[in-house]
Amino acid sequence: MISIARKLHEAGVLGLNERNADYIMRLNPRRFYPRVDDKVLTKKLAIAAGMAVPELYGVIEHQVEVKNFANIVAQQTSFVVKPAEGSGGDGILVVTGRSERKRDTFRLSSGVLMSEGEIQHHISNIVGGQYSLSGHRDKALIEYCVHFDPTFAEVSYQGVPDIRVIVYRGYPAMAMVRLPTRASDGKANLHQGAVGAGVNLATGMTLAGVLENKLVEDHPDTGAIVSGLQIPHWDFILETSARGYEVSGLGYLGVDMVIDADLGPLILEMNARPGLNIQIANREGIANRIRRIEEIYDAAATPAERAAAARREFPAKA
Amino acid sequence: MEQRYVFVLAALLTAIGMAVFFYKWQVLGFPVTENQETPVWTVEAAVSFDSGPGSIRAQLRIPTLTPGFRMLNENSVSRGYGYGTPFGDDGRIAEWTTRRADGRQTVYYRVTVYEDKKVDESDTTPPFPPMPVIREPMNTAVQVLVEYARERSADTASLTSEVLRRLNDPSPDANVELILSDVDNAADFVAAVSEILASARIPSRVVHGFPLSERQRGANLVSWLEVHDGDRWRYFNPVTGEESLPKQFLVWWRGNAPLINVEGGSNVQVAFAIQENHLDAVAIAETQSAHRGGSAVDFSLYSLPIRTQSVYSVLLMIPIGAFIMVIMRNMIGVDAFGTFMPVLIALAFRETKLFWGVILFTLLVTLGLTIRFLLDRLRLLLVPRLSAVLIVVVMLMLFISMTSHRMGLEMGLSVALFPMVIIAMTIERMSVVWEERGAADAIRAGVGSLFVAIAAYVFMGMKWLEHLIFTFPELLLIVLAVVLLAGRYTGYRLTELRRFRELVKDK
Repeated sequence: MISIARKLHEAGVLGLNERNADYIMRLNPRRFYPRVDDKVLTKKLAIAAGMAVPELYGVIEHQVEVKNFANIVAQQTSFVVKPAEGSGGDGILVVTGRSERKRDTFRLSSGVLMSEGEIQHHISNIVGGQYSLSGHRDKALIEYCVHFDPTFAEVSYQGVPDIRVIVYRGYPAMAMVRLPTRASDGKANLHQGAVGAGVNLATGMTLAGVLENKLVEDHPDTGAIVSGLQIPHWDFILETSARGYEVSGLGYLGVDMVIDADLGPLILEMNARPGLNIQIANREGIANRIRRIEEIYDAAATPAERAAAARREFPAKA
Repeated sequence: MEQRYVFVLAALLTAIGMAVFFYKWQVLGFPVTENQETPVWTVEAAVSFDSGPGSIRAQLRIPTLTPGFRMLNENSVSRGYGYGTPFGDDGRIAEWTTRRADGRQTVYYRVTVYEDKKVDESDTTPPFPPMPVIREPMNTAVQVLVEYARERSADTASLTSEVLRRLNDPSPDANVELILSDVDNAADFVAAVSEILASARIPSRVVHGFPLSERQRGANLVSWLEVHDGDRWRYFNPVTGEESLPKQFLVWWRGNAPLINVEGGSNVQVAFAIQENHLDAVAIAETQSAHRGGSAVDFSLYSLPIRTQSVYSVLLMIPIGAFIMVIMRNMIGVDAFGTFMPVLIALAFRETKLFWGVILFTLLVTLGLTIRFLLDRLRLLLVPRLSAVLIVVVMLMLFISMTSHRMGLEMGLSVALFPMVIIAMTIERMSVVWEERGAADAIRAGVGSLFVAIAAYVFMGMKWLEHLIFTFPELLLIVLAVVLLAGRYTGYRLTELRRFRELVKDK
């Protein structure tokens, strides 16, 4: 047991305790948490910084506004409903279309039909705080549903694949692509059964995937090879995630982005407590990279310079 | 930086906790194990006399300094008498006074003592005794004896032994016979030895007392010799000359003065009775620290009302449960619902006992979860839904109690002791996880919670630990220190070794 711990330590694998005590508590000041925990605020800050985000159709803050839902989405055929303070992808509803016959029935990304009343109940739950991190009242966001880039069409089962970049003190340290599966119900969270694939920071090429902590070569639903895919707009993605540091003020940050077929990379959300599974997806510990960033850290570097440094310093090992 | 503060703080807390603990344990004698009993002896002196016509003043010598024993309490039974314990020339005196009394009178003095090896002589070093004035030819005989003993000895102790050996010689020489001509009892003998030693400028005194036995009526006083060697008092058997003290010897009084002195009374008799009892060690420690005027007893939980005590004996185990939580969560990495839910469940287990506790908990959560899923279809708002689940949980508890009572299973009744709000929240949380992450995750976390609750129950139920924490609440400072240290533990959790094992497999 101790020998495994020592090996993991040598491999630079970061554990939860160390992440919480040494990075999150030290580098992420509490007062900045609302910037990333409240997705409405995140969106505002990102827009102010000139970053691209999915368009916001409407926010439902109070129980009485729930009935406005139909008006908000009247012009939309596809949209996403999510809690402003949700975590881990809980409470997100992806609506991809409407029933041809009945306009008040919606089709979810999983193919399931849901009535307007059911969606309103879901929004009530969100507003009531069921998915909120702190358990108190929350807001429901209704926003643009990303038409994702065809790059990952082969390796996704419904839902929207996204790109997670861990940014340490403004320097991108590690990245992965999260691919929804049938098991994850179209959601891009690894603990819900999505496939994670590490990304070579130097090139933006995907590495082999990981499913439930196990290495996989191909997608469990589509059978397509996960590795060797070139992520489009990679430079832009790295630089945008590096700028997430200035926007959020958090030194240990997870930036989630999606690539829209028409609009290019968009910032979905940011995370003050990004998970550690990214290490498994990259088959590499993140602690060594963090140490390297501390060595090359330059407070005056621009986001573009920091992104370039990450490309230079962190090519994939294999 | 934080690291250093945490270490300093933890060290400080541990030091304070340990210091108070050791003081209470070693000095005040609080027992570290439960039901520790200490033998105590109650010695009763019954003084009886025929009263004269006038006022009466009865003086009984009572224990002052008792090496090897500590006094627990003392009292007097004497109807119609004024009572006090003033200091006399050779120690304390129990004094009874009355203006008039009729017929035969009996007054009692009672003292309870227990063994405490730490009680040493608290006497100061006595001055060299003055040369006694002894008439001739006795003086010459004493001088010869002392010279003889001095030649054959190296120090005070051996000189004393030598004198005693000469005096106890079965075929005494003329000098010894002369010295002992006035001696007719053991106390006089020891007094004579004391005078001989005084002429050799050695401080000594007569000690009167008795070896404590289990139960004795009419215990006889034994006279012993106490000699100061310039450093400490030493005890000598006046008959054999050996340096020793009888086993469990309680010193009653010292010096040549008589045990009892009654003015205005006649036909005086003193009878001693000894009774051994066993007392809870805690009670003794309590009394003792109260005697010292120490504040330790003021903060002792034993000074609280009994009902409050029983509440605290449970409450004080909660930190232990929280500590187990820390270990399970941050060191092992067990997935569980709610930070302290398992600790509260463990508290309920204390009443229901483990087997029934697990069964009832599982039953309650399963039934509650089923009904929660049914409620889900009604699309209730969050707070009303939580309240509905709470009401259902209460009704389920009632149902389980009634059913098991009908079936003759009395253990089912204890289901009422489960913290229903916590259970309702657990059910709600579990159903959300169930929906969001799937049944596997929900059940894993549910079983994890139960596992942590069982672990917490096992530790919180340890009788010796409960006694230890209750008697020495300052030990919680040490628990706090360990929890603080755990708060800065940045190593891997046990489950992470499994989770990340892919990362080191091929290396």
